[in-house]
Amino acid sequence: MNRTLTKPFTDDMVRPVMSTTVWFWAILLATGTVVACGAAAWAYQLWYGIGVSGKRWPGFWALYLTNFVFWIGISHAGTLISAILRLVNAGWRRPVTRVAEVITVFALMIGAMFPIIHLGRPWLAFWLFPYPSAREIWPNFRSPLAWDFFAINTYLTGSLLFLLLPMIPDFATIRDRATGWRKSVYRTLAFGWRGTTTQWNRLESAMQIMAIAILPVAVSVHTIVSFDFSMANVPMWHSTIFGPYFVAGAIFSGIAALIIAMAALRKALHLEKYLQPLHFENLGKLLLLMSILWAYFVFNERLTVWYGNEHHEMAVFWATQRGQYAPFYWTMVVCNFLVPMLLLTNPYTRTITGCVIASFGVVVGMWLERFLIVVPSLAHKALPYSWGTYTPTPVELYIMAATFAAMILLYTLFAKFVPIIAIWEMKAGDFAHGAGQGVGAGDPHRIDTTPVSTEAAS
Amino acid sequence: MSAIYGLYADPNIAQRAVNNLRALGVADADITVISSEPFEHFEFGHRDAKTAMPWIAAGAGLAGLGLTYWLLGASQRSWPLVTAGMPVVPLWTNLIIIFEMTMLSAILATVITLVVTAFVGQRGKLYDPEVSDGYILVGVEHPPDAAKLEPALTIDGGRVKHAS
Repeated sequence: MNRTLTKPFTDDMVRPVMSTTVWFWAILLATGTVVACGAAAWAYQLWYGIGVSGKRWPGFWALYLTNFVFWIGISHAGTLISAILRLVNAGWRRPVTRVAEVITVFALMIGAMFPIIHLGRPWLAFWLFPYPSAREIWPNFRSPLAWDFFAINTYLTGSLLFLLLPMIPDFATIRDRATGWRKSVYRTLAFGWRGTTTQWNRLESAMQIMAIAILPVAVSVHTIVSFDFSMANVPMWHSTIFGPYFVAGAIFSGIAALIIAMAALRKALHLEKYLQPLHFENLGKLLLLMSILWAYFVFNERLTVWYGNEHHEMAVFWATQRGQYAPFYWTMVVCNFLVPMLLLTNPYTRTITGCVIASFGVVVGMWLERFLIVVPSLAHKALPYSWGTYTPTPVELYIMAATFAAMILLYTLFAKFVPIIAIWEMKAGDFAHGAGQGVGAGDPHRIDTTPVSTEAAS
Repeated sequence: MSAIYGLYADPNIAQRAVNNLRALGVADADITVISSEPFEHFEFGHRDAKTAMPWIAAGAGLAGLGLTYWLLGASQRSWPLVTAGMPVVPLWTNLIIIFEMTMLSAILATVITLVVTAFVGQRGKLYDPEVSDGYILVGVEHPPDAAKLEPALTIDGGRVKHAS
């Protein structure tokens, strides 16, 4: 079996790096404009003060914190799924892992910005960092916000390294094909990678160790984000179920984001040969499983509150079940449970389109879930005199829209400079699944080694 | 740098080239095998597989655990804030930060070990860009007698090259 037949695959992966389409510039312009509007809105907030946002007593944690929890949840798509699939050596993971890991890094970056945006005077954000300082402001390590700092930074560092390390061999591949300034850039990024057996063995060992280490960190991050709420004596927050509930919800929304990203990349970069219906079907099944798990947690949470019949908790309960937040609540149930159940239980609708529709529903539903955790509880605290309402202002909405645009912008830029599917992992998977030995025909995981270009054919 | 090497499209042939070099008395450590993917299913892919990396990661994790435990306790005792009736050094809450720092230490130690053992000193060594097209390079750097090694590498369509 001639291994150089993997050349067409390598060419497919490297092509977006070497050439730029009009679509790339169009997406850059569109998302860049929205991000600029968001930046302008933030500048407006900095200039006129935090009062221009809709944050009012008692709802001081409003849209910004909703988005913080939402984006940290989305970040669970990548590294966690990638690490699990890597550890169980799932062959179908190969085209999926990098697509997923990128989501983690960018979503964490975006999510971590929100506590800063949330501050009235963000230029003093370093006052909150947990280090002993000359101002005699010593860190309070009992604060869940200090735990957030450590957890998010550990997860971000680990995820960034987990993403970067397997990119090095692919940078070397581009280095060997590029000319001019690209060659210089990718030569630097390749860190002198040659592909010796020692280098491969060390890289594989490092990835295994990091996969093991990053799994509990990923679980801890969203558990700690849930502690921001459950450590407070606020109705429907002070619950032992919040840790696993948040983790399940995070993985749920993360998988949905991953499916959407995969479908977009498949279409935009013509990756139909590599991101196959099988990958969507497997992720669709996972999404369905998480939907059921999410419903189980919601049922547990709601039943316990309803059965307990505490006056202040019931105020929040009814506000979300049949009060002013009921439309959001029932939309959430439809998006997170009914739509996935309808589309993903049936093999005929568990197609790429079906998975993408269900995923869009889940992303909307999970954002609403975060909103419903943050806002109604703060608006109905234990003492009725402190009850209030919250309405987001255009400043908050612009900033929120900018983060979604920023995600698309960052993802587009990443896909422009880095092969979005790990070239070496796909090649290794090709051999592991038998295509390299000529026995892999029909295996949906294998690389299609049929020469497609005249250059390869000759 | 002088070297002699062969480029092979098939890993089975590459394995034979490695075996031929060994048969000629070339030490394993002197044989260079370079590929654009890991070959776990071949013997040559497992050369030099032993590594202390897991132990280093575990050791660094333990060191991170100990250091964070000490640092947290020391800073809390230096400024004894009493919060919600908790002890000045509350182990339950400190465990969260200790856990994160343990894992971060293990991750960073793994990456540093990888960089030191796999990336340092690679520039200027034997390489051929055709590797990225899927060819497997089997060769010997600074061979004492390149002519003697050439027949061992000239097998089944493998292309032998000299680097100087």
